[in-house]
Amino acid sequence: MASKSLTRTDSGKTRRVIVVGGGLAGLTTVIKLCEAGVPVDLFSLVPVKRSHSVCAQGGINASVNTKGEGDSPRVHLEETVYGGDFLANQPPVKGMADAAPGIVYMLDRMGVPFNRTAEGLLDFRRFGGTLFHRTAFAGATTGQQLLYALDEQVRRYETVDVEDEKGILVKGEKMVRKFEFWDFLSLVQDDNGRAIGIVAQDLKSMEIDSFVGEAVCLATGGPGIVFGKSTNSVINTGTAASAVYQQGACYANGEFIQIHPTAIPGADKLRLISESARGEGGRVWVPKDAKERRRGKDVPEKDRDYFLEAKYPGYGNLVPRDIAARELFLKCFHENKGVYNDKSQKNELEVYLDLTHIPEPTLRRKLAGILEIYEKFVGEDPYHNPMRVFPAVHYSMGGLWVDFERREDGGLVRGSARNQATNIEGLYAAGECDYQYHGANRLGANSLLSCIYAGLEAGPSIATYIKGLTKSSFDVGSSVFEKAENREKANYQAVLKMDGKENAYKLHEELSIMMLRDCTIERHNAVLDKVIAKVDEVEERSKKIGITDTSGRANMGAQFIRHFKNMVVLARVIAQGARNRDESRGAHFKPDFKQRDDENWLRTTLAFYGENGNKSEVKYVREFDYNVAGKPLHATDKVDITLVTPRARKYETAGAASAVAATAGKDDKPGKDGKKETQAQP
Amino acid sequence: MAKRVVRLKVLRQDGPHAPETKRWEEFDVPWEPQMNVISSLMSVQKNPVTADGKTVAPVVWESSCLEEVCGACTMIVNGKVRQSCTALIDQIAPNGEVITLEPMTKFPLVRDLIVDRSTMFESLKRVKAWVNLDGSHELGPGPRQSQENQEEAYPLSRCMTCGCCLEACPQVNATSKFIGPAAISQVRLFNLHPSGKMHAAERLETLMGEGGVADCGKAQNCVEVCPKEIPLVDSIAQVSRQTTKHMLFGWLLK
Repeated sequence: MASKSLTRTDSGKTRRVIVVGGGLAGLTTVIKLCEAGVPVDLFSLVPVKRSHSVCAQGGINASVNTKGEGDSPRVHLEETVYGGDFLANQPPVKGMADAAPGIVYMLDRMGVPFNRTAEGLLDFRRFGGTLFHRTAFAGATTGQQLLYALDEQVRRYETVDVEDEKGILVKGEKMVRKFEFWDFLSLVQDDNGRAIGIVAQDLKSMEIDSFVGEAVCLATGGPGIVFGKSTNSVINTGTAASAVYQQGACYANGEFIQIHPTAIPGADKLRLISESARGEGGRVWVPKDAKERRRGKDVPEKDRDYFLEAKYPGYGNLVPRDIAARELFLKCFHENKGVYNDKSQKNELEVYLDLTHIPEPTLRRKLAGILEIYEKFVGEDPYHNPMRVFPAVHYSMGGLWVDFERREDGGLVRGSARNQATNIEGLYAAGECDYQYHGANRLGANSLLSCIYAGLEAGPSIATYIKGLTKSSFDVGSSVFEKAENREKANYQAVLKMDGKENAYKLHEELSIMMLRDCTIERHNAVLDKVIAKVDEVEERSKKIGITDTSGRANMGAQFIRHFKNMVVLARVIAQGARNRDESRGAHFKPDFKQRDDENWLRTTLAFYGENGNKSEVKYVREFDYNVAGKPLHATDKVDITLVTPRARKYETAGAASAVAATAGKDDKPGKDGKKETQAQP
Repeated sequence: MAKRVVRLKVLRQDGPHAPETKRWEEFDVPWEPQMNVISSLMSVQKNPVTADGKTVAPVVWESSCLEEVCGACTMIVNGKVRQSCTALIDQIAPNGEVITLEPMTKFPLVRDLIVDRSTMFESLKRVKAWVNLDGSHELGPGPRQSQENQEEAYPLSRCMTCGCCLEACPQVNATSKFIGPAAISQVRLFNLHPSGKMHAAERLETLMGEGGVADCGKAQNCVEVCPKEIPLVDSIAQVSRQTTKHMLFGWLLK
């Protein structure tokens, strides 16, 4: 044993765990570790309060069933799995759905100003892929409010002294130390490949340093910036996930990228207009006449085509995002019926999202946050004019492969060292950067939930892991750390000396335009071949970048080159994964392979990094071996579908997403035997 | 017809200890639809050449969400402190006027438009801006709250710690220790919460000494510049009343 104490090594050093990323997943992991008595070093690109979680708007799902609709975690599980087109392993989804009500209560206790009912209870609204009011919300800035609540709890731990098991205070050591404006560069691994620390760079002084950690947890979010403009924050380059992938971590289901149907254009990013707009009754339409010149609000009812409601009477405007995005694309791109724009004199890739039939006070109480964004960035009044919106890259279902330990009843064994563990021993992942909870398509308001749930699992899991360590990372000789540090310093010096002709920002733009156009809503193999060729070309040209900034202080340019190179690596994983998967499932849609093909493709895409000469490549495997807590384990690409039997996904009929929901009465006692009920479903 | 350009005039400095490098540089960037200050600066990164033809290091700035919920990209745009993401070019320079960009002045400079606002986060520690949670384990639902209470708390809870109110406040300066409006308003927020208010006295005490709520000069600039229209002046008045009450009667209640 490394030490019997979770706080101190036998030699008296404080045993710390490293968490990288301070969004919902990272902060939750930190809180859980602190509660287990494990001190944490928290690294973040930005002050954690500015993490991308702030952008989440609509809410967080939990089947609390306060509206007497007969909702339950079982229905939540079924609808999430169905919404994800059966690609998600079901035990983690069950764990998440079961934990959801408790998570929302915890957040409420932390002080999140959730909207209330007249009785002072939490209010819930509807979201996509369900017929139930399951989404708790704080106006339309729920992500921000959740992040702040967790941030406040972590800040409290910054003021708490480390205490060992005997209650003795460890002098000068606080439970949480924050390293904000630090960029993760790579893992430090011991001779057996175990993650024992990280190398990171201070983005103010540009100093590079190594840090020891008993374990490392990445909670670094998604890779939206690979697609250039998206609904993501500029920090979401996926750089950390890419770096550990290049060090041997498995990346799973990379090709599953969610396109959100309703965003607004901008020169720097595409801003999201939350699904909650439709959850509160917003309607999507285009004018029946493609040449319609009248302003949206002046087009009478009879001249409007509410195409989602017409085609999907069961779920209407609240069909899942992949379906809504495809229908919008069909309407605007293939049928050329997008809203006509007088200035450009053409039908834009835009539809109306209409809230004008809802009373203004209701909108202000429930949706002010997003309507304010629309007002500020578009300069129009969404209370009285239908908004113009279009689809944008939003979320990555894929991410680092993580393990789980299944309980008999299908949930997860809380505190198993396997939960949220990657295939690199000692490296954990939680949040959007893991692949675990959403399958081929994520349901709205499940992301905040999955981030927090993953953190709730990762914390206890890591605590168990470090309890069982035979050798503390803090007892590993300094030479391993120096070597890793020197490697990164050399890499950085090489970047500063780049004197080629290419501009990294322009190169990124070139790649991302192609990724966005050819690797999102519709995917064609011939076109994907060109995308992969482009990745090859860009990778080659990225060696000939010229550095534009050689400053030793806050050097954004040098940092961007590093992130960009890591994005190119992920672009290949995404594009190649899409090329390989000859079927349509959730967000992955190939017009030439319109059907879901469970026989050949009901399996997880498992990607490993490889190099071939000067070129990076992706190695796809069907199975691999790995270790967790010294125990050899074996993983395959088989999906655990033991809780909900796969069936065709159809949102035309109300209740199709959940067998239980379709048969449940208005009481809150769903059947326990999900399988039987699933089979009863047509 | 000549292509429409946007002219940026940026106050730059290489670092806090290099005042000799303080300089104005001007850049012309091509106009695009829906352009804002951030996308103009992104344009400079792609072609870092000044208006007079000199190749320079691109301007550096801080940003994250680009939709005015994270607070990162705060700077002084045309003399007014604000988030630069919502500074749309067509609104702030409809006729091609020069746009000036400067870093905030009340925080230590890092480089160019980046400043170090860590003091604001330290202030949140000082005032204990949190609910004293027993733990994250399941303890059932939180306390019931009226819609009215939620509607008072929610706007306060939207504070992004962006620093606009500190930048605009005359009482926040090199010679004063005034904590500024943002942290005071957080005390009001947590003292409103049903379980947060159990520790109201502790928070009030952090604001009773030097640099506390009494140092407010009532200039009311804070509320003018707050991008989220948080009623900061009300917050200061309320917390001020709470501290007075606590000062006069608090010992009686102990």
